[in-house]
Formats: sequence, structure tokens, C-alpha cells
Amino acid sequence: MSLIQYHFNVEKDDFDRAGEASSNIKKILRQLGIDAAIIRKVAISTYEAEINVVIHSLGGVISLEIDTSSIKITAKDRGPGIANIELAMQAGYSTASDKVREMGFGAGMGLPNMEKCADKFEVESVVGIGTTITMHMYI
Amino acid sequence: MIKNICEKINATVIAGADEMEKEISGVYICDLLSWVMSHANKGDAWITVMSHANVVAVASLLDLGCVIVPEDIKMDEDAIKKANEEGIPLLSTSMNSYEIAIALNNMGLGL
Ligand SMILES: Nc1ncnc2c1ncn2[C@@H]1O[C@H](COP(=O)(O)OP(=O)(O)OP(=O)(O)O)[C@@H](O)[C@H]1O
Ligand SMILES: [Mg+2]
Repeated sequence: MSLIQYHFNVEKDDFDRAGEASSNIKKILRQLGIDAAIIRKVAISTYEAEINVVIHSLGGVISLEIDTSSIKITAKDRGPGIANIELAMQAGYSTASDKVREMGFGAGMGLPNMEKCADKFEVESVVGIGTTITMHMYI
Repeated sequence: MIKNICEKINATVIAGADEMEKEISGVYICDLLSWVMSHANKGDAWITVMSHANVVAVASLLDLGCVIVPEDIKMDEDAIKKANEEGIPLLSTSMNSYEIAIALNNMGLGL
């Protein structure tokens, strides 16, 4: 059972507010006195998940849940889903538009970064329904 | 200190002017945000040509020391506003990234 829960709405194409959920989560973890190295890993992976919701999805929710042994981050969006997860996970693979590439996104490093930072990492996706990324960091 | 960096690269402080005493521990140069996310270190001076508010979000999430914008590139207004809120110094200079890197290296940074 989680002791602490927060949910943050993330809108499609909202670049002005992109990163706000991650920034809020980082502040919460800091206030709780979580180890700095763990906060860094959570900040990196939450930001990557949040940006993917902004640039690749129709919008979604980022959730933070904390219990006595781990920090759990979930990024759940409303579609379009990922057809080939294995391909999407490859470093360098990206379908980002020219417009977002000009902003510095689209290196195809987001999902690999999340996997690297999380102690446990899961992607579930159904085309037409949505994608859910679940990450655990042990504390 | 950021103050010394400003002098060396002849930079204008466009945000985060309260943080000039902060120490910088390294230098990182890249414009791909998720690449920076996985490779830049806490306390780094980050040199980038990107000028939008997500630069500040990345710098803040990674606890970077400051952002240096080369070649007089104009930062977006909302990036400047966000940098002031988050206490991330934004420095602007006419030097290019390579020249900035040399200047910082001469100060003993990034070694
Ligand atoms: N939430 C999502 N919904 C739909 N597709 C996604 C989602 N997240 C990732 N993808 C797909 O997986 C690809 C790889 O994602 P990844 O985050 O690794 O790279 P990127 O977002 O394209 O670039 P970067 O993260 O380096 O800026 C994306 O280009 C996109 O095609
Ligand atoms: Mg991504």
C-alpha cells in the first residue's frame, strides 16, 4: 500500500508547462529527505516520461506513489499507443516531428534513459488505447 | 564562481542574477535534451543553442550550475521568467561554444 500519492495532468503539445510534473515530484521527494542520487534518477526518468506524453501522446497523467520500500512513477496516456515496443526502446529510434526536433527533442534516448534510471521498468501499450510506463526506484 | 565565468566570457546575466556566487564544477555541451538528461552532471555549466523554457526545466531537474547561450542567441521570455523562478543563471555571450569551452578550460574547469 502506498503512503503517499500525487497525480499530475499532462497535456498534449503543452511545451510551456512540460516538465512541471517532474519538477513538482522532485520538490516533493526533496521535502521528504530522499537520497539525492535517487532523486536524480527519478527526476530524469519522470521528465523523459512526461515529455513523451507531451510530444507523442494525446495527453495523460503522471503519478507518484511512495511506500516504505520504493518510489513508483506511472505515466499513463490516452493513446495513440506504441505498435512496436521493442523498436521504440532502441536507442536512437524516434518518430519525433521536425518541429519538436528543432527544440532538441527526438534523440531517441528517452525510453533508454528511463530504463537505465529505474530499478524496475515496464511499458504496456495498446494501439488506439494508450501507453502506460511504470517505474520503481527502491529506497 | 559564476561571477568569474561571466568576466572570462564577457557574458550578460539574463536570469538568476542572485546566484553569482555559486560554484561551477564542470562543463557540458549538447543540444539534444534527452542526451543532456543522461550525461550532464550536477553543478555543470551547460552550453546550448536551445532557447526555450525546457532548457531551464532540464537544468533545474539536474541541478546544473548555469546555462550559457553562445553567439548572442536570444532566449525566449518564458525561459527567462522560469530561470528567475527556479534560480538558474542564464548567461549570454557573443562567443561560440568552442570559444566558451576554451575560456572555461583556461579557468581549470571541466578537467
Ligand atoms: N507515450 C507514447 N505514446 C506513443 N508513442 C510513444 C510514447 N513514448 C514513446 N513513443 C514512441 O517511441 C519512440 C522513442 O521514444 P524515446 O523517448 O526513446 O525517444 P524520443 O521521444 O523520440 O526522443 P527523445 O526522448 O530522445 O527526445 C518515440 O519517437 C515514439 O515513436
Ligand atoms: Mg522521449
